[in-house]
Amino acid sequence: MNTPDLSVNIAGIPLRNPVMTASGTFGYGVEFAAHMNLESIGAFITKGLSLKPRAGNPTPRIAETPAGVLNAIGLQNIGIDAFIEEKIPLLRMIETPCIANFFGETVDEYAEMAARLDAIPEIAALEVNISCPNVKQGGIVFGTDPGCAAKVVTACRSRTGKPLIVKLSPNVTDIVIMARACADAGADALSLINTLLGMSVDLAKRRPLLANITGGLSGPAIKPVALRMVWQVARAVKIPLIGIGGIVSATDALEFILAGATAVQVGTANFIHPDAAQQIALDMKNWLAANGVDDIKTLIGALET
Amino acid sequence: MRIESTLLSNVEISPSYWRMRLTATDEFVRQALPGRFVMIQAGKSIDPLLRRPFAVFETGIVFGGSTAYFDILYRVVGKGTALLSTRRENEMLDIFGPLGKGFSLSHAAGEHLLVGGGIGLAPLHALAKKLGGYDLATRLFVGGRGRDDIFCLDEFEMLGVECRIATEDGSLGERGRVTDILIRHLKSTNGNATIYACGPEGMLRAVAKLAAEYRLPCQVSLESRMACGIGVCLSCVVPGRCHSPETPDFRCVCADGPVFDSNELDWEEAR
Repeated sequence: MNTPDLSVNIAGIPLRNPVMTASGTFGYGVEFAAHMNLESIGAFITKGLSLKPRAGNPTPRIAETPAGVLNAIGLQNIGIDAFIEEKIPLLRMIETPCIANFFGETVDEYAEMAARLDAIPEIAALEVNISCPNVKQGGIVFGTDPGCAAKVVTACRSRTGKPLIVKLSPNVTDIVIMARACADAGADALSLINTLLGMSVDLAKRRPLLANITGGLSGPAIKPVALRMVWQVARAVKIPLIGIGGIVSATDALEFILAGATAVQVGTANFIHPDAAQQIALDMKNWLAANGVDDIKTLIGALET
Repeated sequence: MRIESTLLSNVEISPSYWRMRLTATDEFVRQALPGRFVMIQAGKSIDPLLRRPFAVFETGIVFGGSTAYFDILYRVVGKGTALLSTRRENEMLDIFGPLGKGFSLSHAAGEHLLVGGGIGLAPLHALAKKLGGYDLATRLFVGGRGRDDIFCLDEFEMLGVECRIATEDGSLGERGRVTDILIRHLKSTNGNATIYACGPEGMLRAVAKLAAEYRLPCQVSLESRMACGIGVCLSCVVPGRCHSPETPDFRCVCADGPVFDSNELDWEEAR
């Protein structure tokens, strides 16, 4: 039996397989070197970066829910300068595309971040976060209004020649409108979904479990919502999609690919098994071999309805 | 590292406090320095989803055999620990660890004063065992609400550790807080001691304050909710001494700790 071809291409970046790791669940990549083979996955995405370091939200920042996790980290990050100084030299040694996730508080900040990241040769592509639900600035304002989203994407587009991925929020009435706005403004690819806004209550204390009161829900609990949104967006735009939401197994990942995703991101699963993405990529290859699929690209959007 | 462990025993040692023994590898035991912890999946399904962190209480070789083991102590407080208490002998558990930074023994001088509150006793036994190799007195000050919160002291005594007890309801040892008996001891000595503490946040804050007052080196082992255990989810952060919103100085309990020098942390900032 032939070894199945798992390679895909996202906006000009060749990936050895479609399995990436999601922003906010994979540090700056280097933290996982001791726990997995970073060269077994397609790409990895950094924690969301901003111009200045950010402290993030007060604690508790996390609460477990049935088959899910609510978080309100608040975009804590070391800032672009420390990232360049401390992390980039380490990333140079890893033969896997590194995608930088970033955000800003204003359109100008987004554009400046895009320009700063564009100048870093070790960064293969940019993922714009317009969808963090946990801070007032830094995302969701831009991620819920198609006009604002288009402005951010246009501004970033004008400052980078690298592939530009826009990460969409599910906390909108119609994600297809957001997807079209971003595609029309020059996005090369879309990643979806970010976390779903939720909350959790401690009955005994009569208090919310999170200091931030609300947080973003991730994990297997959100997979059906994410699949539905990927499927809807796939039918509406021509640019490639990266499916995200509760993927913990190769079958989860393959479902997203059938629904129209060219690649996927593994998020919360990295917290449970730091080598989750590596295992998913391996299981995916085995599934293709066992099911007589020679090329994963034949499965993209191949859902029969 | 990740190991598949066989559950050797799982026993309630005091109401709602449990002790679990699991098989380990030699490499695991070698890495399980006092104060480090493991992340354990309580069940096998996606609910509960996340692992739970537990300090390594003890490591050893199964009596009359060659199998390495490690023990954890835990209190049943929620869904994960309740599920853990239903696990039975010979079942397999998925273990990730040992993780984090344990106690530092390099600057040990004078007496070693171990301070534990409730389940905070968990990392102190391995430490006491290690400190037994030093030719200095090791004392344990242990506290809880009542007698049910005090356990495993015979195992400290077997190591030659003198144990002093305080309970808030007076049902065992002296009535009062563990810091009350610690203060009395500090007053009676010439202040040549190192403090190692683990327990509720209020207790740790009080112990850190005492250590500063008596100018004694003090290490605290913190507990926190966490998802990953390796410093990437950023849920378990605590503010460092120089923290401010403009110049963030957050430390991860999992990767920068769980053991910190008490001077490293900002005890004023609400957590």
